[in-house]
Amino acid sequence: MQYLVSVIDDKSNPGSTDREPAISAFNKRLIAEGHWVFAGGLADTTAATVIDNRGEQAVFSDGPFVESKEYLAGVWVWEAPDLDVALKLATEASKICDRKIEVRPFL
Amino acid sequence: MSVVDVPAAITRVHHEEWARVVAALTRRFGDLDIAEEAAAEAFATAVERWPTDGVPPNPGAWLTTTANRKAIDRIRRESKRDDKHKEAQLLYDDDPPEPFDAIDDERLRLIFTCCHPALAIEARVALTLRMVGGLTVPEIARAFLVQETTMGQRITRAKAKIKATRIPYRVPPAEELPARVSGVLAVLFLVFNEGYLATGSDTDPVRHDLTAEAIRLTRLIRALMPDDGEVVGLLALMLLTEARRTARISASGELVPLDEQDRGAWDAALVAEGHRLVRERLAASAAGIAPGRYQILAAISAVHTSARDVRDTDWSQVVALYNQLVRLDSSPIIALNRAVAVAELDGPEVALATVDRLEPKLAGYHAYHATRADLLRRLGCSQKSRAAYDKAIELAGNTAETAYLTRRRDQLG
Repeated sequence: MQYLVSVIDDKSNPGSTDREPAISAFNKRLIAEGHWVFAGGLADTTAATVIDNRGEQAVFSDGPFVESKEYLAGVWVWEAPDLDVALKLATEASKICDRKIEVRPFL
Repeated sequence: MSVVDVPAAITRVHHEEWARVVAALTRRFGDLDIAEEAAAEAFATAVERWPTDGVPPNPGAWLTTTANRKAIDRIRRESKRDDKHKEAQLLYDDDPPEPFDAIDDERLRLIFTCCHPALAIEARVALTLRMVGGLTVPEIARAFLVQETTMGQRITRAKAKIKATRIPYRVPPAEELPARVSGVLAVLFLVFNEGYLATGSDTDPVRHDLTAEAIRLTRLIRALMPDDGEVVGLLALMLLTEARRTARISASGELVPLDEQDRGAWDAALVAEGHRLVRERLAASAAGIAPGRYQILAAISAVHTSARDVRDTDWSQVVALYNQLVRLDSSPIIALNRAVAVAELDGPEVALATVDRLEPKLAGYHAYHATRADLLRRLGCSQKSRAAYDKAIELAGNTAETAYLTRRRDQLG
């Protein structure tokens, strides 16, 4: 079973910026234990572009699809046998990243 | 068995066997939906057939077999209709039972799955009452004053989340067990409290169906996990509270506070059982096992129910227990209840000072204002007391409590 694991930051109360070494170590462990599928940090939401081509012409707009205090700062894709395993890892990940984590299964 | 006894037998078997049938089917078919529906159909068949065929010698086995057949029928029907159903995602469980699973009753898996922390608390409550308690959706909807469709959706969504996210169907491993058990107990305590202090202007002030169901499920968990001190604590707390149920509401439907209750009307058997459980935990505490919050709350209840007259209450013991509880649980509601005991020991003035400090956290809670109103009344501050009663009446949701508070306010000089 694969889960999308989103790291959520908060503009008004951002998590600390010195988490990189701890996250790297955690990633190594995810790989060693067979959970790691993909991981990536994201550039600031100001770097986002939204494209809407449902109408006659494609419309490009600057910025994220929804403006909010909380935003997606990075993602993982994990392989885990069940939600309890994913939640246990996510509990650690939240501490390590100093940010909130959302766990959501792929269909 | 005479025909007259059959409905009673079905009710009894429903109480005893429902959770076992649902749990066994969930284990076999890996799907809560199929298990629930097949169990319900099996009981409906029993209602139809037992009056003429008689109650089978082993009703549980009969129901499980019947439900199994119903489930297989449904799966066949659906696989004919839609091949994808053959590959229906099944609840995940490939763990070989570990030695710790000596408590490997199927019903425990069911309880832990229904009370999983990834589900919203309302969903946990509803799912537990449906899957473990065997209450119908309309019954649960009535208990929580929501529309049947809303309650039905709540249960359906919870089952869908269990399936989609693969919430495992198992008893959590030892290291996670204390936290998960406390999650289960929170659900049961919520059901009990909703019964004990029912909300809603059209609702009976005490919902005995809910308190009885909460006690029944807590007894079940105690039977399944006899060594867990908090389970014993919660059961004792519920029994000692339930024992006072009839004395707590007057003939005119008004709440009777503890100090005014007719103690002779308390249920002596429930009090005795509750006291026995509390003593059992006191022995464990003496052996060095620190009690959790339910055990301490039960001990407080035991002190109250040990006093034949309210004047015999050992208030210093009550305050000592609250001091112990405050160290475990910093909730302002615990601090408020502690202040009520402090008022008896050190006087209303000392208590009021403590209560007033809780204002920022409890301003929206009726019991905060009711407590203040009572303390102010005892201090002779009628005007302030009246204002506090007004606020408490405005916020109280229980009809018996509103009636009591109104009388108290109107008696002020």
